[in-house]
Amino acid sequence: MGKLQLITRGILKENPTFALILGMCPTLGVTSTAINGMGMGVATMAVLILSNMAISLIKNLIPSKVRIPAFIVVIASFVTIIGMLIKAYLPALDASLGVFIPLIVVNCIILGRAEAFASKNGVFDSALDGVGIGLGFTLSLTVIGAVREVLGSGAIFGFSFAADVMPLLFILAPGGFLVLGYLMVVFNKIAKR
Amino acid sequence: MNMLSILTKGNISLEVYNAFATGTVNVEEIGIVAIIIGAIFVNNVVLSQFLGICPFLGVSSKVNTSLGMGMAVTFVMALASIVTWCLQRYILVPFGIEFMQTIVFILVIAALVQMVEIVLKKVSPALYQALGIFLPLITTNCAVLGVAILMIQKDMDLFTGVIYSVATALGFALALVLFAGIRERLEVEDVPAAFRGVPIALITAGLLAMAFMGFANVVPLP
Repeated sequence: MGKLQLITRGILKENPTFALILGMCPTLGVTSTAINGMGMGVATMAVLILSNMAISLIKNLIPSKVRIPAFIVVIASFVTIIGMLIKAYLPALDASLGVFIPLIVVNCIILGRAEAFASKNGVFDSALDGVGIGLGFTLSLTVIGAVREVLGSGAIFGFSFAADVMPLLFILAPGGFLVLGYLMVVFNKIAKR
Repeated sequence: MNMLSILTKGNISLEVYNAFATGTVNVEEIGIVAIIIGAIFVNNVVLSQFLGICPFLGVSSKVNTSLGMGMAVTFVMALASIVTWCLQRYILVPFGIEFMQTIVFILVIAALVQMVEIVLKKVSPALYQALGIFLPLITTNCAVLGVAILMIQKDMDLFTGVIYSVATALGFALALVLFAGIRERLEVEDVPAAFRGVPIALITAGLLAMAFMGFANVVPLP
């Protein structure tokens, strides 16, 4: 598989949100605005790239029986580091993502890539795989966040254009389910063509 | 604040709703009953906090399996909340290593799930038969870790925390069983091809979440 393909396949063909349907909790939980979705996506991507690289480096040292707990420890360490960085440099993002930052550790995308890709491939390829899948995740979250922000608060990326006239429902819980459901229908239509 | 005003954006701002939903209300002031009702109905773990969506979408095609999953989650969540609370209080805080919280909690939950599985297999084969297949899935259920962390963040004492976590798990079970009931009916309906599977499930969940918004304002939230 070409190096470029490693990056591009995460965006459409193996899109973690719309095609593989993984990591649904942060996908729904933090996408009330485009910025929040993007922040979550980038944080997850950073953890994904770092954990993919680390796991690919130590893959020969881990006995296969305890590989899953070992992967979880690696991932949890990087989640802790990224969480501390966000808290220190982006306190506003930290406040709006809340409990979902430590919960990156149970995002099945990351453990899934560790098990399916990083434990079988070299460091460079694993990093590229992390970039690709991470980009796909970031893109999906940003799109969902943007749609919800436009429909729910009449703004995009914080720029308000129609405040106070849009139904608030879309940035509340039910709107998350509805928007993701309908976007998935659109994705299915496009992907099947 | 009623449901209609939230839906149509009448006089309520998002800040007001968020303060209400994420809890700036003191636990001691509102009492146990309010915590239970709040965690099951008002701030339902799946339908309003978005935790535990994967099992919610994955295991909820039959009412029976949803009941089993709900029971298994309740059991593990109650145990996990006790163990993680004690760890936080008596090890992480005294040694000043609160930053290890995520790593320690996830390992404890994973180990606990394994242990529960082994103990149940020996002690109560009947219960193991009922819950067994769901137990390994619970490690990746972010509701368990989420509640353990939220309990610490909201500064609850052990008793309140256990009540809160059991009520949250019951809310999870309720949402799962209700949703399974709807999905059993959906199976026989003629759904357009692009909607089949997860999309229609998400839209259904959206409608269910909307129904649960009717509980807003019933009690103040922890």
